[in-house]
Formats: sequence, C-alpha cells, structure tokens
Amino acid sequence: MSGQTRISLAVAALPVVLLAVVAAGCGSTKPSSSGSTTSASCAKADLNLLSAEKLTVGTDNPAYPPWFGGTPHKPWQVSDPRSGQGYESAVAYAVAKQLGFSKGEVTWTHVPFNNSFAPGPKSFDFDINQVSIAPARAKIIAFSDPYYTINQSIVVNKGTPIASATSKAALKPYELGAQLGTTSYQFIKDKIEPSKTPSVFPTNAGAVQALKNKQIDGLVVDLPTAFYVTSVQVPNSKILGQFPAEPGGEKVAMVFAKGNSLRTCVNKALATLKGNGTLKQLQQQWLAKATGAPILK
Amino acid sequence: MTAVRLEDVRKSFGANEVLRGIDLAVDDHEVVCLIGASGSGKSTLLRCLNLLEPLEAGRILLGGEEITRRGVDVNAVRRRIGIVFQAYNLFPHMSVLRNVTLAPRDVLGLSRAEAEERARELLARFGLESRRDEYPDRLSGGQQQRVAIVRALAMQPELMLLDEVTSALDPELVAEVLSVIRELAEGGMTMLIATHEMSFARDIANRVCFLDAGLILEEGPPDQIFTRPRELRTQQFLERIIAAGRL
Amino acid sequence: MAREGDRRADPEVARRSRLLEGLRLEGEGARGVAIALLSSLVLAGIIVVAVTQSAGWPEVRRTFFDWGDISSSFPDIARAFVLNVKIFLVCEVFILVLALVIAVLRSLPGPVFFPLRALAVIYTDLARGVPTILVIALLGFGAPALQLTGVPSSRVFWAGVGLILIYSGYVAEVYRAGIESVHPSQEAAARSLGLSRLQALRHVILPQAIRRVIPPLLNDFIGLQKDTALVGTLGVIEAFNQSQIDSNATFTYGAYLAAAALFVAITIPLARLTDWLIARDRRRHQAGGGFA
Repeated sequence: MSGQTRISLAVAALPVVLLAVVAAGCGSTKPSSSGSTTSASCAKADLNLLSAEKLTVGTDNPAYPPWFGGTPHKPWQVSDPRSGQGYESAVAYAVAKQLGFSKGEVTWTHVPFNNSFAPGPKSFDFDINQVSIAPARAKIIAFSDPYYTINQSIVVNKGTPIASATSKAALKPYELGAQLGTTSYQFIKDKIEPSKTPSVFPTNAGAVQALKNKQIDGLVVDLPTAFYVTSVQVPNSKILGQFPAEPGGEKVAMVFAKGNSLRTCVNKALATLKGNGTLKQLQQQWLAKATGAPILK
Repeated sequence: MTAVRLEDVRKSFGANEVLRGIDLAVDDHEVVCLIGASGSGKSTLLRCLNLLEPLEAGRILLGGEEITRRGVDVNAVRRRIGIVFQAYNLFPHMSVLRNVTLAPRDVLGLSRAEAEERARELLARFGLESRRDEYPDRLSGGQQQRVAIVRALAMQPELMLLDEVTSALDPELVAEVLSVIRELAEGGMTMLIATHEMSFARDIANRVCFLDAGLILEEGPPDQIFTRPRELRTQQFLERIIAAGRL
Repeated sequence: MAREGDRRADPEVARRSRLLEGLRLEGEGARGVAIALLSSLVLAGIIVVAVTQSAGWPEVRRTFFDWGDISSSFPDIARAFVLNVKIFLVCEVFILVLALVIAVLRSLPGPVFFPLRALAVIYTDLARGVPTILVIALLGFGAPALQLTGVPSSRVFWAGVGLILIYSGYVAEVYRAGIESVHPSQEAAARSLGLSRLQALRHVILPQAIRRVIPPLLNDFIGLQKDTALVGTLGVIEAFNQSQIDSNATFTYGAYLAAAALFVAITIPLARLTDWLIARDRRRHQAGGGFA
C-alpha cells in the first residue's frame, strides 16, 4: 500500500478518535443551576444564590440618577450603586434587608444590558436596570413583580421649534431619538409615528450628545431619566412633557434567570415593601420630581 | 552631420564604474554596432543616451544640442530617439495596434485616424498587419520584437537604439527581426546597435565599436575589426566568439 | 510483498477495502476521494451530535435559531439595510479615487516631491492606525458640536467621511502594491517613447497595477460593507442597529442572524462576480513578452 493511502487512512481514523473523546466528555456535563426546584422556604440559608451568604445584584455602568446616586467610585462612573442612594439602589437594599442580608452582604456587579438576557448561566442573582416587562422578554428570562410604573417623556432643546409643540401629534414632523434597550423607541414608533426615521443610540452618552448637537430634535426617555438629562447632561434643555400612562402602564421589574426560585422570595419581599409603604416612601424620596411635567396628549 | 555625440561619458552604479569615459560620434544615416562582453557597458551606454540613466560626468549631444544639460525637456528628447529592448516590453493590456498608436496620439498629438494609418502602414511593411488586433501574449517572440521596433518607429525618431534585441529570441525567430533591422539600415535610419550577432554586425554596420570594461577599446569598419583587430583584448574576445561558433 | 500481505490481514483495512469495493471505485485517486468524503461526513456528524447533545443547546436554539424570530425581524432589517448599501456604494467611489491619489503621490520620485511623499506616508499610517469606530464617533458627534456655520450636522454624512478617510489609507497601500508589482521595464518602455510620468502612469502602469490587485481591493470593499454598521453607533438606524433593537425587545438573537444573512447575501455574489471579471480579463490580457 502506498504512503498516500496510509496517510488517507490515518486521516480517516481521526474522527473515530475524536468520537471517543467527545463521547467521554459529553457524559459528565452537569445540568445548569438555574433548573432548581422551587423551594417553599425563603429563609436566608435556603435561598438559591450564586455564592452562599451573599446577594449579587447586577446593573449597568454608568448607572444614572435618579435610579442610582452617590459619589462615583471606581469602577462605577457617574454614581455608586453601593451607596444605597437612588431609587433602584434603595429598592435593592430594601429587598435584600427583607431577605435577611445586611448592607455588607450585598455585592454589585456590572452587567451590560445585553448580558442580562444572554443565554447561559447568569453572573447575578438578579439584575435591576429599568428593564420593562414585555411578554416576549418573559419567555427568555423571569421578571419579578414590578417595583415602579414609568411614563415616557420627551426632552428638547429650549428655543427650538419643537419646544413649542403641545401635543403628541405636533411631534410627528421631527427627528426623535431614543436609547437602545429601552421601550422608548417602540413608543416613538407606535404612539407618535413620526414622519422622519427616528434614531436609536447604543449609549446614553451618544443620545445626549446628539441632542446637544441638535442632530435630533427630541429625546424620548422615561420621566425620571429625563430629569437627569435636563438638569445635568444637556444644558439649556427642558422636559417638553410626559405622555399619558398607557392602561396598565409600563412597568419595570428585576431580571432573573428563568426558573430561579429566588424570584419567589424577592416577590414576597416586594409585596411586604409595598404593603408597609416603603416602596411609596422611596419613590417620594428619589422620584418625587418625576411627576411635575405637563402631560402631552 | 553628427546625429549623436558622446563626450567623455562616465556612469557608475554605486561603487561600480560601468562607463569610464566614452567618446563616440555617430553620423546621420550611419549604422554603428557595439560589441563586447556582458557587463562591458553596452546596455548602459544606450540607456544613458536615452536619458534613462543620469551621467556621473560627460555630455551627450543630439543633433548638436546638449541633452544632458540641466533643465532639458527629457520627454521631448525621448521623442526623437527610439529604443528597443531585449525584453520587447510591449504593453500586455493593449492590442498591437494600440501599443503602436499610444505614443503618437498622446505625445505627438496625432488624431486616432492618423495614428492608426501610420501604424498600419508600418505593421504592413514588416508583415504584421494581420496581427494588429491581437494582444502581445498571442504573438511569438519574434513577432513581439518586431512590434516593439514598429512601436519605436511610429514616433519617427532621428535615431534608433537597439539593445541586444535578438538575444532573448529562439534562433529560428532571430532572422525575421534581423531582416527588419536590415531594411531600416538600407532605408537610411541612423542606428546604434548593441548586439551579439557578429555576422549580422559585420554585414550591416558602417562601423563597429568594441567595448571593454567601460571604454571603447577599438573602433573601425567591420572588415578591419573582425579580421585584423589591433588590440589584444579585441582579438581574445573574437577568438572566444569564434570558438563558440557565433562567427 | 510480505508487508502488503500483513496490511491486508489488518481487520480495519479489510473493512475499509470492502466498503470501497462496495462503492465500485477504482484507482488510488478515487480511493483518496472516498476516504476524504467519508471522514468529512463522520466529522460533521460528530460536531452536530456534540452540539445538539450539549446541556445548553435547547436554550441556545430557542434564543438564536428561532425561525419565527428571524422571519419576523427580517423586513425591518432589510429596510434598514438599504442605508448600509447606499453608504458603501457612495463611499467606495470616493475611496477608490482618493486612495489612488494618495498612492500616486507616494510614488512620485525625486527630492523635489519629498513633502508629498511624506504626506502620503503620514496619511496612510494615521488612517490605518486609528480605530474606525473612534474616527466615526469623533466626526459624527464632534464635528457638528463645533457649531461652525456650513458644517453639515448629518451623522450619515460624517460617518461616510470617516469611512472614506480611513479606507482610503488601506486601499492606497493596495494600489501601491499593485504599482510596485508592475515591472520597471514597463515604465522604461513607456518613458522611452516620450510619455511623461503621468501619461505612463495613466496608460501603462495603472491599468496593469489595478488589474493585479482586484482581489485585495474587493477584500477592502467587503470590509467596508461591514463597517457601514458603525454608523449605528451614532444612533442612525441601519441593519445592525435595527437587529439590536429587535433583539433587545425580545431578548433573543434571531435578528442578528437575519442581519448577518443579508451581509453574506451581498458578499457572495460580489466575490463570484469579481472572480469572473478576473478570469475574463486574464483570458484577454495575459502579460506577454520576455521579461515584462
């Protein structure tokens, strides 16, 4: 037999070897931890956590006010989730307290928005990042009960033509923008239906810069964020108005891996916080301003 | 009338002095053949004449005008001199006709019709008319070299320089090119020919120059050079050529 | 001969020989082909089995390969893709021209042209050294922020300018490689006929140079097609941005596959077209003549 046939046979034998290796490897794959059975007990020791005795909470970086506050500390820019200041930070710590965690037992981890729903094991116990509940999304991850109902609003530069609009319909001829990952873009498309194609920005920084440059006429964001935009980010801008709440409203909730039993316990905690008025008090404390904008019908 | 004169021309490539003081004059209608070993400077001499290489020292005069002076219009000089290389160097992306008409149209300003008429005449004269729309890669080496000569002639130069134009050809194709050159000589074209073809040189040259190590060692009518060379090195060179069966 | 007999006695070899006989193949070459096909099929089978049996496959299949996802996001993405197409068609024209200018500047000989050559070198170094996304962010947001009158504020415009400036650096080097690959004897022949440097470039060198570098030129064009997605970082809705919007709404990735399919769909015919053009050109214009 020639050398060529010998080589050909050796190459053909390779897959047989590979098959053996893969078969050996396949059998030992462990199932992922997200498929744990629901536990009736929400005692701290029984909770389904990434690491025992610690609650790992995820959010994006930068985490903007009024959702997060405090002096920024590396690696967090703009704010510090560990401060407990800002609505979402405060809610996270309140929930943690209900579950039995002290402030020191809560760790924050940077979870870019896109990573919160990526398949595979999560790097957090839950993620809190103004994520709106949507049925399609609920097929992929598990939402907690909502902790706030938000209104969409629109920010404009003072003294520009759009700044004198007084209704939703009057916004149609303008170039509007929203941030990627928020429901604001869908709101623009479905409720405003502008004649010019809107823009969608991957970062808040980009959206804000485009508004400053007058490359967009108006930026649609949730009302609390709008206050940060106008007071800090874009000088000479104002909140033109907020849009009336949809029936049922747009609700934000925490994100869990599908089937994570921790969700049940967090929902119990949220229910307690709603019942004893903590949630409302936190909203007053951090989001009070977020009611004072005219309504654009 | 002197068609071209070289006065004490020196040329070096780096540390290597290739032309060490060439003095040569070619008269109108004269055919001068340059012979010599490889590396003696024949090609370099022709390239210097065509201003493709700058000189270290010396002058070149074309029709009495110094073409090596500062500020000369090099392109204008080159229009007056036709040069054909060993490697034909036809433009492969153009047809034979376009190869020949390119320079007359773009440099001499001939119209397309005029240039093509001139081209077709020349091509016909040398038996290439049927090939005019072919691309160079379809032609034999001998045909390509003849096209290269026609291309140079189309500019109606005062002087033709031929640099070993048959050295790259198969022996059976050499004759057709030599016959073209013979025709040009008989037609009165002033030519300076570097060649290894000794019998041909003996046949058509008015004068033969033997180049050795960058100098014209000996020059004279072909009869004298080939049968009664004066210099020892000329003799040695010719002996080697005869032994190789090239004469 | 004894060795041959030993090999035939080996059960593995006997098995394969029977298989090949069953396929009625003859000759050493055909045997090699059969083995190659067989082993490829087996390997492919192993990969498919390994992937679909893995623990995370159901989740990956639901999030990446859901046909409903892919098909429902496709119309919006296709519509947004039109912008990508417009951008790369317009930009490519400018790139081909600007890059040629830079390459020619770089090739000008002699001390008098040194400043132009240096300029060309600096330009190609900078254009290729800076990340494209940076340039687009700087131009798209930065230029309009200067608030100078007459400066357009269109983000698509500035992204286009950014792409043109950057890709011209790459393409200039491709042209340069082509120009330098044309044998100097071609230029010598052209100049000897009295053609000026520019005429020689235009009629003799560039036509040959460009033909030689069509594959790398196509490479850069294909790269440009992908980089049009960077205009999305400025907020403009093009195919990739649209696929992100859809993905974020459903938390699945089918939209990305739809966008990828569109990009691939234009690349493949373009590559085959270029192959055909090159082959046709080669039939006509093969380089001829001695050492040229």
